[in-house]
Amino acid sequence: MINFILRRLAAIFLVLLIVSALVFFLMNAVPGGPFSLGERGYTPDALANLERKYGLDKPVWERYLNFLTSALQLDFGSSFSVVGNPPVTTVIARTWPVTLHVGLYTIIVAFGFGFILGLIAAYYRNSIIDNIVTLFATAGTTVPNFIVATWLLLIFGYQIGWGQPNKWIIPPVLGAGNAILSWDYFLPVITYALLPMGLVARYTRASVAEALNADYVRTARAKGLGERGIMLRHVLRNALIPMITVLLPQIPNLLTGSLFIEVAYGINGLGKFFVTSITNKDYPMIMGLVLLIAFFWSLTYLLTDVLYVVIDPRIRVGGRGGAI
Amino acid sequence: MNGAITLRQPVERRKQRTLLGDAIRRFRRNALAMIGLLILFFLFFLALFADVIAPFPPDRADFGAVRVLPFTHPTYPLGTDAVGRDYLSRLIYGARTSMTVGLLVPLIGFSVGITLGALAGYLGGMVDFVVQRLVEIFTAVPPLLIALFLLSVTGSGLFNIIFVLSLTAWIEPTRLTRAQFLTVREKEFITSARALGATDGRLILTHVLPNILTPLLVAFTFAVPQAIFAEAGLSFLGLGITEPTASWGKMVGNSVGSTIRVFYHLALFPTILVALTMLGFSFVGDGLQEALDPTRSR
Repeated sequence: MINFILRRLAAIFLVLLIVSALVFFLMNAVPGGPFSLGERGYTPDALANLERKYGLDKPVWERYLNFLTSALQLDFGSSFSVVGNPPVTTVIARTWPVTLHVGLYTIIVAFGFGFILGLIAAYYRNSIIDNIVTLFATAGTTVPNFIVATWLLLIFGYQIGWGQPNKWIIPPVLGAGNAILSWDYFLPVITYALLPMGLVARYTRASVAEALNADYVRTARAKGLGERGIMLRHVLRNALIPMITVLLPQIPNLLTGSLFIEVAYGINGLGKFFVTSITNKDYPMIMGLVLLIAFFWSLTYLLTDVLYVVIDPRIRVGGRGGAI
Repeated sequence: MNGAITLRQPVERRKQRTLLGDAIRRFRRNALAMIGLLILFFLFFLALFADVIAPFPPDRADFGAVRVLPFTHPTYPLGTDAVGRDYLSRLIYGARTSMTVGLLVPLIGFSVGITLGALAGYLGGMVDFVVQRLVEIFTAVPPLLIALFLLSVTGSGLFNIIFVLSLTAWIEPTRLTRAQFLTVREKEFITSARALGATDGRLILTHVLPNILTPLLVAFTFAVPQAIFAEAGLSFLGLGITEPTASWGKMVGNSVGSTIRVFYHLALFPTILVALTMLGFSFVGDGLQEALDPTRSR
């Protein structure tokens, strides 16, 4: 097992290396660097100076090697476009907390409500309640979240007048600024949670319904066990296995946030920052953010495979390529 | 025991049923799927005949009637946008943009993906190894972020969107085809066909592919709304379709701002269309999946 994880971590490292190379060379293949954008009106001399300052005058491969050596020491360079040129890691440390907050509340809402909805749907399967939950879950997973965001903005943000455009939607209740738990989070979290909530509800329904029909449940019933005992000890326990393997891995990628949610609600988090970095051609920032996201996604995959093996002993860690 | 045994013909002649006929019957019994199909017909109709239905060209600006509210102006029933373009016409032409992206991207993706997946799954060995690693690298970053990043390299526009989205659209079909090939490859009918002297190409085209068509078809119906979503999303962020081409996502993105309080129609109509499109495709996809694979229970 440890061997398997180590091998996968090495693979992640390799993938990150390739991703970084691809992104770096593609980025630098574009005509027009970060300083020739728009009408900044630099004279050729000033431009050359600027490029020398940021090391852009050196050949691409040399810059890439420089980047790699410092990236290995967790130094991803300094931002080009953020005022004061702070190091990439500082900027990420500054913008990530908001995203993390939204992500964390989303996870709680999505998993909590999704689980309850799925459970109810499975227990009353093929009834009207089941149909409503399933339809809700389907809608939640198919309607894009920027569409839902726009609707919520139209209704609550603008018509009822809870907020101002391009600002946090609802004024923070617990003091000014980034309160830990404020009504600010209400609309973004609701919007962001719809998709994972739909997923959780669907998977819970499917696996609980399957467990309810299983032979061991019939046996438990025949034995005369109470409904509650059956649900808790037999159904839920077994239904949890497929759920955990599918749903837990969603967590890392919820934590890196959503571009659409952040742009739509004007949240200054990682996702919105990624979009502005791309429009500003802020090379070091793009690099840092892409690598961060790639790392979290790879972690998601690794977590999925590890959970499979840990939870279901029938699956063995196989040869090359990992479990399953 | 009187020796004479009369074999009786079956009394009722059972109507011959084909696999496809069964699937169609199951599909038609599914109310949601039929609703989805209706929505899709409507959208395809809009996209195909946009020039005929739309009262105005999508880029015709009437500066005398800027930001007309819907249901107030006789010439512009759904109002106009910030430069006085008829919103109804732009919504209709938006269907064309969505459908173009939504069909072309999966078509390109599946052509490449099925080829790669078939080669990897059938040949195995070195080819499989290379394809697998390629898939791994491309899945390290979410496809939308890849598209976003690549758009910053290539620039915006309809053609670039299709190109950029196609670059990640091959991954799912590749994985699917490969997995299907791996399971079908071991079946007896393949062994027997090979024993009869079928060549590799013949095996792939006439024996394996028809047997994996069903999951591929279902995957395709889900790939279309994904492409539509990606286009709308990127345009919403301001990185996708460029003016003056009409795109629902762009219309939503442009509308979200301080003026939305009054000019609600700019946001409302395109969002309804995007949501309808996504729901339509997903209903049809779910319906297809259930119809084609009766063993699956929801």
